[in-house]
Amino acid sequence: MGKANMVPAASVSSDTPVFDAVVVGAGPAGSATALALARAGRSVVLVERGPFPGSKNVYGGVVYGRVLDDVVPEWWNEVPVERWVVRRSTMMMTGTQSVSVDYRSAAWGEAPYNGMTTVRSRFDNWLATKAVEAGAQLVTSTVATGLLRNAQGRIIGVRTDRDQGELRAKVVVACDGVNSFLAKEAGLMAPAQASHHTLGVKEVLDLPGHVIDERFGLRGDEGIDIEMLGCTRGIPGGGFLYTNSDTVSLGVVLSLTHLAEAKVRPEELIADLKNHPSIAPYLRGATLREYAAHLIPEGGYDTMPTMITDGMLVAGDAAAMTLAAGLWLEGVNFAIGSGLAAGRAVDRAIAAGDCSAKGLASYRSDLEGQFVLADHKRLRKAPHLVLSERIQQRYPGLICDLVDGMFTVTNPVPKQGGLRVTRSAAAKHGVKLRQLAADTVRALRVFG
Amino acid sequence: MSAAGGVLGSGHEVPGGIWRGISFEDRMSTVEFRVGERAHITVDSDVCRSCTTKACVTACPANLFAPTSEGGILFNYEECFECGTCYMVCNHEGAITWTYPDGGQGVVFHQG
Repeated sequence: MGKANMVPAASVSSDTPVFDAVVVGAGPAGSATALALARAGRSVVLVERGPFPGSKNVYGGVVYGRVLDDVVPEWWNEVPVERWVVRRSTMMMTGTQSVSVDYRSAAWGEAPYNGMTTVRSRFDNWLATKAVEAGAQLVTSTVATGLLRNAQGRIIGVRTDRDQGELRAKVVVACDGVNSFLAKEAGLMAPAQASHHTLGVKEVLDLPGHVIDERFGLRGDEGIDIEMLGCTRGIPGGGFLYTNSDTVSLGVVLSLTHLAEAKVRPEELIADLKNHPSIAPYLRGATLREYAAHLIPEGGYDTMPTMITDGMLVAGDAAAMTLAAGLWLEGVNFAIGSGLAAGRAVDRAIAAGDCSAKGLASYRSDLEGQFVLADHKRLRKAPHLVLSERIQQRYPGLICDLVDGMFTVTNPVPKQGGLRVTRSAAAKHGVKLRQLAADTVRALRVFG
Repeated sequence: MSAAGGVLGSGHEVPGGIWRGISFEDRMSTVEFRVGERAHITVDSDVCRSCTTKACVTACPANLFAPTSEGGILFNYEECFECGTCYMVCNHEGAITWTYPDGGQGVVFHQG
């Protein structure tokens, strides 16, 4: 951050809070926090640096909405959905092959639904509007440039880039995203840890809705989400493709450290994916509507920052809440869940007259008692396993060759047995059967 | 936002596949940037001269960093996604200083 943040906060003339809470960032975490606080009757200002909520935000596939059940009754009737995901496919690929596990469920196409595709400029705006309707004050086009502290060093608000832009509050809730400069300034998070982050790059491609329906076997508002492994030239990460109403979103997620080492440009990996024989036919005739990039905090439970300090909480991506655990790729629901919990904790702290870290401590126990930290804790070893060398560089090819060995008819040479096919596929990819067994056990431990 | 229809080109003969046909400028022209007057990125080229990896050059998804013949780094802040990749991959603390653009400025995603 710039030097502006170093201004001693002793220059603050009064410690008197104007708001109960100032929430920084009107993404899903911030709007959920503001919504919970406003509904509890607390005065809350929601600061957004973009011109509208969602304007700085990018996601990679599916929003799981059940976290909204208690917040917005029958949310599915009003949420800005693109398509309801009824098909979920996991694709393991090499440059010329792919093996898919494809699941389709009729139940996922009916209320309360499982997951939806959406567009963040609309989804985030919708949730922020809910907070505003409940009484929160939304201030857009405003950057929270630093923390305000009183003479004793306690956080008492934020400084913004508006004239007279100091916002004093009993509690600051930092929902300022993956780069969270507020969490860093508060000393809760290390300045830059590339190894805990991935880069997502995404293209949104125009394709008529009826063409999407035909190509992906969908009807009406049904959608598909495809997650891919083995399409990133060995750079740990993966690919994704999901359908919107009349666009298709496609991209790759890449380990930041390995991307830097590989000296490959990110858009080249998108081009690889779009040219892949398993993907290219889906996209024929599609034209680029918007290109985007965003960082993702993928380190999981063991890399989360301290979330509570005197006068401040951290939620959403700022608290590394994105769950990137291979089979499970979720983020927006964790942001909303953590925001709602932050709002509840701040309300309780204010009611008890104690907004110190001790007074705010119920935030952590609340999160641990529900999916937000329970899922993260259960899957804490998953990010490491999913990004490991064998999973990333050997198994996709091994699985493709295994299936190839089973299904390629080699007449007049007789068929080989399954064990022999497995052995030769494993050998070709430099994996010993012993390692295969060990990794299976490890995966069962991590995911089981 | 510009409607970028057709920028991909229809030729299937482009080497490397149909999707290599898009130029980086055309790619970036699909993104709205409200460019502010203040550069929100600064680079200390004196520090960059001692950097052997220059990871920012390839990793930045907006391709904003270019090496100079003197071993420094030239940069452009105007079409920045504000992702943070550059300072995260930077080996040398202090070489890249990165803040958010002023309120309301910078990238505006419509399809994020």
